[in-house]
Amino acid sequence: MKKVLLLFTALSLLLVFSLPAMADSHCMDELGCVEVGPDEPIVIASILAMSGPASFYGTDSLGGIELAILGRDGMLLGRDIELVEEDSHCAAEGGQAAAQRVAADESIAGVIGTTCSGAAQGAMPIISEAGMLMISSSNTSPSLTNANADEGGTYYPGYFRTAHNDLFQGAMGAQFAMEVLMTDAVATIHDGDPYTEGLAVVMADTFASMDGDVVFQGAVSKGDTDMSAILTEIAASGPAIMYLPVFVPESEFLISQAANTPGMEGVKMMTADGSFSVTFAQNTGDAAVGVYMTGPHVAGDAYDAFLEMWAEEQPGGTEAPPSGFHAHAYDGTNLLLDAIEAVAVEMDDGTLMIGRQALRDAMAAVEDYSGLTGMLTCQEESPYSGDCATGTALAVFQITEAQVNDGEWPPPIVWDLSMASSMGEG
Amino acid sequence: MFRNKSGEFSWVDFTIDVLRVLIVLAVVVGAWNTLSSGRISLAQWVNLLAAGLSQGSIYALIALGYTLVYGILLMINFAHGEVFMAGAFTTFFFAEALNRTGFLNEQPLLAILLMILFAGLVSMTVAVLVERIAYRPLRGSPRLVPLITAIGASFFLQYAFRGLYGSSFKAYPQVRALQGAVQIGDISIPVAQIFVFCSALVLMIGLHWLVERTRIGKAMRAVSENKEVARLMGIDIDWVILFTFGVGGFLAGSAGVINGLFRPQGVNFYMGFIPGIKAFTAAVLGGIGNIPGAMLGGLFLGVIEAIGPNLVLAGLGIPGANQLKDVIAFTMLVLVLIFRPQGILGERLSETKA
Repeated sequence: MKKVLLLFTALSLLLVFSLPAMADSHCMDELGCVEVGPDEPIVIASILAMSGPASFYGTDSLGGIELAILGRDGMLLGRDIELVEEDSHCAAEGGQAAAQRVAADESIAGVIGTTCSGAAQGAMPIISEAGMLMISSSNTSPSLTNANADEGGTYYPGYFRTAHNDLFQGAMGAQFAMEVLMTDAVATIHDGDPYTEGLAVVMADTFASMDGDVVFQGAVSKGDTDMSAILTEIAASGPAIMYLPVFVPESEFLISQAANTPGMEGVKMMTADGSFSVTFAQNTGDAAVGVYMTGPHVAGDAYDAFLEMWAEEQPGGTEAPPSGFHAHAYDGTNLLLDAIEAVAVEMDDGTLMIGRQALRDAMAAVEDYSGLTGMLTCQEESPYSGDCATGTALAVFQITEAQVNDGEWPPPIVWDLSMASSMGEG
Repeated sequence: MFRNKSGEFSWVDFTIDVLRVLIVLAVVVGAWNTLSSGRISLAQWVNLLAAGLSQGSIYALIALGYTLVYGILLMINFAHGEVFMAGAFTTFFFAEALNRTGFLNEQPLLAILLMILFAGLVSMTVAVLVERIAYRPLRGSPRLVPLITAIGASFFLQYAFRGLYGSSFKAYPQVRALQGAVQIGDISIPVAQIFVFCSALVLMIGLHWLVERTRIGKAMRAVSENKEVARLMGIDIDWVILFTFGVGGFLAGSAGVINGLFRPQGVNFYMGFIPGIKAFTAAVLGGIGNIPGAMLGGLFLGVIEAIGPNLVLAGLGIPGANQLKDVIAFTMLVLVLIFRPQGILGERLSETKA
């Protein structure tokens, strides 16, 4: 009996002492909290294409993330920032597998990823279910922010992106081709990737809605090097402009071989940000001169400072960013870290509580954030649910001899949306 | 028709015969529609043929490596596409250097010869190392073992080169002497394509001479015929096999440079994968293990890929015909496997060899 009494007293004492602590650690967030102990680092994850042919996009974005962390000396709220890297292979299955590993780690506060839209479609159901959020620096497929499943939308709560939606870019290409270049017949080419196909379709639809003639809609396969067959077919359909929003190196093959294809003389060329890479003009050679491309327009003192920092730190062993999404990754990482900073609550014992729903709300509330990629405002309305880029940081560029011969990058801007609105007013 | 050897009705034979008729019908109808619509002119067809022949000669050079190794070891060296990549990727830096000093445009012929030799040697080294390290210790084990090892070696090489040279796409410098086109009437054929075809031809004649006219060639043929008897005749089998891998590697490396001068873009660590698969298809098409078969299979595949989509698929009204280029290539492979499993020039192999 004595023993039982002793045990009871001990247990009740334990309960009394632990009560305040329990009340303290109680998480009020409906999706749960990330608990970061007093000596533990704040953990974020990246899900990027780090292997396979698209891996230079992954290297590019990872550099942006690393520099954003370095820009804060690797510290947030007095703790180290730890980055967990996962590889999505630029494929739905890869995205799914990476997301499963990330979701299993409760210490991860948020994710930067994915590189490819296809991988996001595999990853987002799992990330969303786990209550986490993911910010992409280079997904541009319209379906990812469209909540309407009947229209093919695949939006999941917790998804955000700093990359621009293709709805902006494809329509912009059509508007430029129609109103500025005054071309009336377009041929579009994609490569089967949801990203390039989406762009080609948006461009063709917009062009047709402006009473333009879509004379050819075709596709090449990734890995094709001989484009003579499709170019012959295009020459036979007689377009005034060829719109090829495909990736390098397929765009390089298409443009350089079009120069040798009879019937393609005088056909204008326009590509998109899948080819927006420093080496595009030099690799394509003389045939690239005069080619138009839509892509992210990132400039200004802050960006110059960023490039200097890149050259100094050389993330991933690269001297300069290998593609055009590093600034988006930098902005995305900063948005995530800012949101963590804003919602984290420090307990008496030094534990940090980061509410997962609060984190999503903080991201959704971002308004007029001045990033490297222009003004960012995260929207909630479908088809732009989670779209933080507003399309103002897009422009049409034209390749000149300076890009081909001297490797200057980026090419000069010939048009952007501000010119479109002034044209409309005039 | 519809009867097997013992004269009974067989559903399998019936289905295959129906398939045969349908395919011939589809090809004829598609081609007829396209030709009668007159969308594509004669000059354009000749252009497509020329492009197909040059692409095909590159497939053929790589296919020879598959076929040489298969002929001797009955093994499919799936890492061969990466051997091609190794030479092409490494020589990119050599070509850049030659271009920067101006040598490439001053002495194009000599420079290209140097590049081919350089790439050949790099690829040869890689091929020989792979044989020595990854395949030789497994000789005599079940046939699946070296096959899986080859796939592993393929990944290893890809990522080793990615680590060495990075992941961004590069492009060969464009040689001025290869720009422009030869004009015959209203047909113009790019000089680069003529160059590709001729240099591939020279290399193939060289290989033919090596196999048929030299001592080591005789040894190669003997080993391919029967390893045990060849060993008894005093032939150093290990050396002959190593030599065969080296020759295949050399051809793949030179194909890398020829490909780079003809289609300069797209140089990266992954560039060997698709040509490797296509060349393997070409080798099977021509009859794997058969040297003229690989050459013919390569050229045939190149031409089919260039002409097929526009001639047959577009004529049948299939949308996005050009995206189906690979479908044509691999359908050819399936058809050959159904109707002529030994390939165009292949001999019927006995159970032990097949």
